[in-house]
Parts: sequence; structure tokens; C-alpha cells
Amino acid sequence: MKDPGKYLDELKAQGVAPEREARFREELAVVREIRSDPRRGPFPDFARGLYAWHDLAVLQHQERVANPYVAQMKALDELLERDRQREQDGFPRKIRVGRLIKPGKAGKGKIVVVPSTEEEKLIHDPTIRPPGEGGATGGSGKGDEGEVIGEQKVRETGEEPGAGPGQGEGEAHELDASAYELGRVLTEQFQLPNLKEKGKKKSFTRYVYDLTDRNRGSGQILDKKATLRKIVETNIALGNLPDVSDIDPTRFLISPRDKVYRIFSQEKDYEPQAMVFFLRDYSGSMAGKVTELVATQHVMIYSWLLYQYAGQVESRFILHDTEAKEVPDFHTYYNSRVAGGTEVASAYKLVNELVEKENLAADYNIYVFHGTDGDDWDTGGDKSIPELVKILSYVSRMGVTIAEHSGTQWTEVARYLENSGLLRDKADLLRLDVMTEDAEEARVIDGIRKLIS
Amino acid sequence: MELINQHTKKIMEGCKERARAAGLTFTDESLEYIVTNRDLIELSPKVMIPTLYDYWVHDVEVLRGKGEYELYPHNPYETVINTRPPISFYNDNNPDWLNVMIFYHVLGHIDFFQNNLYFRHTWEYDFTGQALSDKRVIAKLRAEKGRWVDYILEFARSIDNLVGYHQELSPLFAAPESSCSSRLDYYFDVFLQVEKKLPVGEYLKELAKYNEAKAANPQEGERQFFAEVAIKYPEMEAHFAKSAGAKRVERRDLLRFLVENSEFLARDENVWMRSVLEVVRKTSIFFQPQIRTKIMNEGWASYWHEKLFLVDDRISGHEVDFARVHAGVTSMPRVGMNPYALGMRLMSFIKESGDAGKMGYDFQRIADADKRKRYDTKAGLGDEAIFRVRADYCDYLFIKDFIDQDFTDRHDLFVTGKRLDQQRMVWQYYVKSRDAGQYRDMVLASLYHPPNIEIAPERGEGGALYLVHHFEGKQLVQEYIANTLIGVEFLWGAPVQLETSEAVVEAPRGREAGEEPEITWQRVVYTMKDKALSRKVL
Repeated sequence: MKDPGKYLDELKAQGVAPEREARFREELAVVREIRSDPRRGPFPDFARGLYAWHDLAVLQHQERVANPYVAQMKALDELLERDRQREQDGFPRKIRVGRLIKPGKAGKGKIVVVPSTEEEKLIHDPTIRPPGEGGATGGSGKGDEGEVIGEQKVRETGEEPGAGPGQGEGEAHELDASAYELGRVLTEQFQLPNLKEKGKKKSFTRYVYDLTDRNRGSGQILDKKATLRKIVETNIALGNLPDVSDIDPTRFLISPRDKVYRIFSQEKDYEPQAMVFFLRDYSGSMAGKVTELVATQHVMIYSWLLYQYAGQVESRFILHDTEAKEVPDFHTYYNSRVAGGTEVASAYKLVNELVEKENLAADYNIYVFHGTDGDDWDTGGDKSIPELVKILSYVSRMGVTIAEHSGTQWTEVARYLENSGLLRDKADLLRLDVMTEDAEEARVIDGIRKLIS
Repeated sequence: MELINQHTKKIMEGCKERARAAGLTFTDESLEYIVTNRDLIELSPKVMIPTLYDYWVHDVEVLRGKGEYELYPHNPYETVINTRPPISFYNDNNPDWLNVMIFYHVLGHIDFFQNNLYFRHTWEYDFTGQALSDKRVIAKLRAEKGRWVDYILEFARSIDNLVGYHQELSPLFAAPESSCSSRLDYYFDVFLQVEKKLPVGEYLKELAKYNEAKAANPQEGERQFFAEVAIKYPEMEAHFAKSAGAKRVERRDLLRFLVENSEFLARDENVWMRSVLEVVRKTSIFFQPQIRTKIMNEGWASYWHEKLFLVDDRISGHEVDFARVHAGVTSMPRVGMNPYALGMRLMSFIKESGDAGKMGYDFQRIADADKRKRYDTKAGLGDEAIFRVRADYCDYLFIKDFIDQDFTDRHDLFVTGKRLDQQRMVWQYYVKSRDAGQYRDMVLASLYHPPNIEIAPERGEGGALYLVHHFEGKQLVQEYIANTLIGVEFLWGAPVQLETSEAVVEAPRGREAGEEPEITWQRVVYTMKDKALSRKVL
């Protein structure tokens, strides 16, 4: 892995404004938000409080029973209606949709939407502690003071999902079929733009049924012409038709097998295929809400694709800080933790490499969705813009989401995208959506509309 | 939900006899229900109270912060409910021997509920019955007021941790002979101390004078004493009369304060909201002792289920099965805190100490570790000690008084720390300390403790409600402040201010600096006005 410290020194050598340099250093030092998943690692009980132990669970092994939202299918609409009403009554919305997601491994992603909420109270926040400290709990057994008894990698592969992306904390939420599909909610609203005819390998839409197949003896609709032909054939074979110039149909012998029917059959409707790249900045500056926003938006896009195109759209996932890497599934993509510096170009470059190496442009409509906080060590986009131009030469749509930290405005990425003129010249191919970090769910959905309309 | 069958009920009654013989005390009746997963879906959001009021939040998934927040009494899978008669819940496929163990555990809880003084206020009534009537009140209001009932419920629940639980409790324990006239209270508590600011010596003299007068003439002593006071301080009577007229203003219990003082809630069209607030307040106060005695309660129940199971003649042949389940429940985790294990070991430790006569001052004076170990007066006061602890203590005192170095050494306990190794990007778990003091502090810090928020009506300007958060080393969860205050503003009918402390974490400047970052605290005041929150650093 590229050492961000060294990279920073290189940048410094090229001349960076001291104020920006300080920001970069800060980003590298962000450790306060680096939390580890307490339910993984060597000691899953580390963050389990005293009050998480209950008699039924401990004594009688009662498993957590998930709320069967599916049993109340109408409830979601009702809840959303209630939430709209809240807004009219002058109170902030309270129901969140799509917060608890269970992305499965390797394409088996089960995207579920659970209406969820928080009960806000004035309570103590025990998470405020010096950076790099992870709290304390009890322990028993051998070991001298100061002895390390276990380790846990900050970035684990295949981390479990938690209450939010990029942090993976909270109680275990085991939710499966008993929840809503987010895609269903979103599906009426969107469609992939600029779909072109390219290598038809996969069917996009579901099967169409048509009366195209034929069957002898039984079926839905009698094909009279074909039936008559069969009857004539049979009668010739039987010698029942001595003179072809003088046919008397009343003398035909009709076998049941002569009747030809048209029946329903599945017709695959081949459509152009698509590949979607999801890019997420997971650098140190992404700590907190911005990651949540970006990941939420990508979850929504992903689940919508899964639903609308029945899993026929292929997805690739790329995470980047100063280096980019492809991760195998949405699961990992969604849950990986933030740390390190930022270089957007690395991700763009990786996309270009993948597309080139696998010759994807010829066969696929390619879509790229990139989420970032808009921070980039690559001042002015000197590296990013050329890569971006290359991407724009083959994509059907590229959507960049910038979730701004409160207090910042006009971020680096937004600036160089604007300055490059690409947003204007290639408005059909490149879309930018900027939102603030405290954006609401509705705003995120709006953002998707903006990116793919 | 259906009751357990007669066969199982008979086992329970057998357990009751044996538990009573061992010294536990509890009411005769109890209700045991079989619960299915379907029942649990309904019960768990209602904290296992079948009759709790309906609320839409119970139908959705409630996110529980970052998992590290201390929560409102939230016990989704508690087995025993502290009502009259007590209710307990069971899976339908428990074998008999397991039921015996669980029954003893349950009886331990029931004994605890009915004898621990922190539950004193719950002894006289049946909470499920109360909850049922509350539920009907809310349902009726909902039929009339619609969604506004849910808003009020939500706002009330958002401050239901700011209730005066201890205030509710303390009058129950006032000894009747200690009561004295309000004039006497005013004279010694307010007049001399607050208004006259008497030096301690003078004050004591004054007290002695009163005691003399009272001793000389038990009936008329007080009157004579105040006759003299009137000569010395002619203004005293007038001041007393004035203070008697002044209304006592609630300063701790925000829900009660709003019910008593909010002009908005006093309007005719809003009076119904008070009943909702009262329901939420009562429910919260009912649950308070439960969360404040988690370690003790589970420790006590585990201590007794172990003890009683092992001598039960009905289940011989299942010792190994029992040992496996029991160890699963009560083994000390390598890392983490198990209230069953910790509480049970402390109970056993107290029992042993009592039996060896180690509870007294004579033992505490001994510093020599070897002598401490061998100390044994054969006092045999162990049972007396644990029964006293069971009646008089809550978790805070239990941990504070009984975790000492002997205890932590005996069980090899230590504080586990977790730190970030930035070079290698790994979290390290390490043995932070084996000092009993630090272990005790760590446990105390993890106990339930709602923020200390005082209502200071005199500081609010222009009708605003001023809340002061007395800082105790932890800040409030910031993202919750806005929505909580919106609710308070609504219930108060005017702006609300909250004074609190917030951390300023200095990020370390660069790697080479290598300095330990520090947290400094600053006082800030939040103002919620017309549903908009503003923040000002003081």
C-alpha cells in the first residue's frame, strides 16, 4: 500500500498551501472516528454492556425475534403517511427507510428495507474520549498489566453490517425475508438512462408470454390453418384422398393428434446489458455522516438495480483513499471503515484499467457512481480530470455525489469538475449532486433522481 | 400466551417450598406463562409488560444509537415482571430439570423485587393492572385527539429519563418520630442557615437550646422556644409565613415540572396532555429500580438457583446438564462484563466474608495480606450479611462497597483496555489494570446514570425554560439534543434553553508532534425557539 505520509511529502515538495497541508495531516490523523466492530474481533463481548444480558436470552436461549414487518405490508405506507403528516404538523420527520440493510455475499444481496426510528433523549455519550482510545471493560484470567491479549484489524474484510455503513456498530440485527424491498419503493421512480444496444448476452426485463409455441392435441387456441394442413397430410397417408383435384372435406378422417393449438410460451426479450461501478471514498475525512449518506445512496441505487433489473445488471465495487481497490461484493463495499488520505484519481484510474483489461466498453453499457466528501489531495484535479475524460468516452452515465461536511463549501472535487467544463459540455454523461452532510433521506433519493434522470 | 400446565406448576410450587425453607420470602401467588415467538414479537417492544400502552414506535425497528449509549430501561427479554402477582415467561420446550433451575432463578428475582427497598414504591400495586388502565386512557384519548396523542407520547418519552425517582422514594422511608413542625424545619434549615448565615458554633448552640427546651417540657417546649426566638429575631414569623405561602417548585423532575407549571398544558384544550405525561412518568419510575439493581438482582438470582438446584432431591441425574447451562450463564468472560457472573461472585464473596467475620472494622484494619487470608472468627454471619445486602443495596453501593483487592485477585479480574496502534492499524486489547480501585471505577462508570439536569426557572428569560446540565465528565449525545428540545418546547409552550458542557477534541497536529491529544470542556447553551436550535458558547 502506498504510504500516505510519503505521498504527502511528495505533494509538499510540489508546493501545497500550508493551510491545505494542515488539512491533509488532520485527515491522516483522524482516528477518533475509527471504531472497530465490537461484535467481531477476538472479543465480541467487549462493547456489550451490563444491560444487554437478559434472562430469556441467557437462561432459555431465546433468540432475538425480528419484528415481522412483512406481516404488516400496509404498515410501511401507513408509516410514511404518518411521517408526511408530521412534517405538515411542523415536526421533523422521524421514520427512516433503508437504514438497516443486509447486503449478502457475492451477489446474493438481500436488500431489505426496514422502517426504523430512534428515540431521542438527553443521555450521556460515552464515546467521547481521547483519539485512539477504545474504552474499557472488565476481563478475567491470566495476563500481566500492559500485556496485549488480542488484536483486531481496523479494516477487516467481510465485516458484518451494523447500524450504519463504515462503522459497523450496534446490536446484531438479524433481519431477512421479513422486511421490505427498497427497490419496490424506488422502482416506479427511476430508469437507467442512455441504454444503448450492446452485446446482447443477458435479458434485462422479465419474460414476456406470447402464443407462439404450438402443441398437438391440446392447447389454448386452435390454429385452424395448421390443423387443416395436418388433416390433409394424415388423409393422404391413409389413402383417403385419392384425387387431389377433387377434395371432399366431409370424408376426412380426423385424428385428435391433428389438431394444432397455439399455446403460451416464455419469450425472452433480450436487451442491452449494463455494468455499474460503485466508487466510494473511504479516506479519513469521510468519517461520520458523510459516509453514511454516500453509502445510503449507493445502497438505494444498488437495491433499485437489483429489483428493477432482477439482478441482471452487473455491479463492481471500488473503494479508494490514496489507493483504489476493488472489493468483491457490496457487503464489503458497504461496511469497510474509513482511514487514510484521499486521491480520487486512483479510483477513476482503476475503473479505466478494468474497463480496458476486460474490454467491457464493447459489450456493456457502463455506469459509474462515485461518492465522496469532495476532498482531494490532488489539487485542481490534475490527475483526476484526464482519467475522468477517459471514463466519459465510454460511459452511459457517470454520477458524482458529494456529501459536504458542514462548514465547507465549494469542495476541491466540485471545483475542478466545474472548472473542467465537463459538467456543461457533457451534461448528458456526467452529473454532479452536492448535498450537505445533514441531508435527509428524501434528499438522498432526490439526488439519485438527479444523477440518473 | 398460555399458563404452564399443571405438571410444571407443581414443580414450581415445590421450588417455592424449598426456596422458602432456605430463607427467601415472597408472595404466595405467581403466574407462569409459556411464550411463543409470536408472543415475543408483541412483548419485547413493550418491555415484557403485556398491558403496556400502544405506541407506533413499538411497531418499527428502534435504532439504539451506536450501541454504547446507556438506555432507558430496556429489557426486551426479561423473564420476570415485578407485579402482583409476579409474572414470568417460559419457552414451551424446556425440560423439567431446566425449569427447576429457571424457577429458582425466578424466585430469586421475585424475592429481590419484594424485599429490596429500592422497589419500595412498587410494592403496593399491580403494575400490569395500572398499565392496562393507562392503556385504556391512551386509547380513549387517541380516539378523540388522533395523532396528537402520539406526539405527546413521543415528547414525554423523550424526557422520561429525567424523573425524580429518588424523590419519589425518600418520603416512603421517613421515620414517623423524626417528623417535626414546618416552623422548626424552616427555622433551622432555611432561616438560620440561608438567611442569617449563622456560624456553625452559633447554630449548634441554637440547636442545643431547642433540645433543652424540648427536654424540659416535651409538650410546650417548642412553643416556648419560639417565643424566645421571636424576641431575638422579630422578623422570623413574618418570613416563615411568607415561605409557607410560596409554592414549592420542582427542580429535578422535568415531567412533573411541566405538568405542574406549564401554562401551555394548563389551557383547557390541552389539559388532557397531562394525563399522557403522567402515564409516561409513572411507567418510567416503575422501571427505575430494575435498571439500578441489574448486577445485584441477577447475582442474587444466580446465587440461589445454583445453591437450591444442587440440593434439590427431585432432579438428581441432571447435574452435568445443569453444570453446562449454569457455567454458560455465570462464567466470567475473558473480556466483557457479565452481570450474572459478577453479581453471583460478589454474593458468594459476601457470604464467605460474613461467615469468617470479615465484615467488621477489626478485619478492615488488617493490612497484612497473609493475615487477611487466614482471618476467620467463625462468626457464621454470612447469610445475615447477604440478606441485608439484598434488602438495602443498589448496584452503585454494591459495587462501591464490596469490590476490593481480595475480590479481584481471587477471581483474576482486570480492566481490559482497547487502543489503536496507528502504525499497524490494529486495535489492541490489553490488560489495562489489575488494581481493584480501577476495576471498581470501570464498573461504576458503566452503570446506568441519567444526566443530572436541573430546572432553573429563575434563569429563563422572557418565559423561557432554563435547564442546567450538571456536568459529570460525560457530554450529552449531541445529535439527540435538537429533537428532544423540540418536544420540551412544545410541552412548555415557550422557548427552552439547555446549558451543558461539550468536548473540544484537539486533533494532534501532524505525526511528528506525537503529543497526546487532550479533551477540553466548554460550557455551551442551546436555545430551542420556534423549533429552531441555536448554540452559543458561554
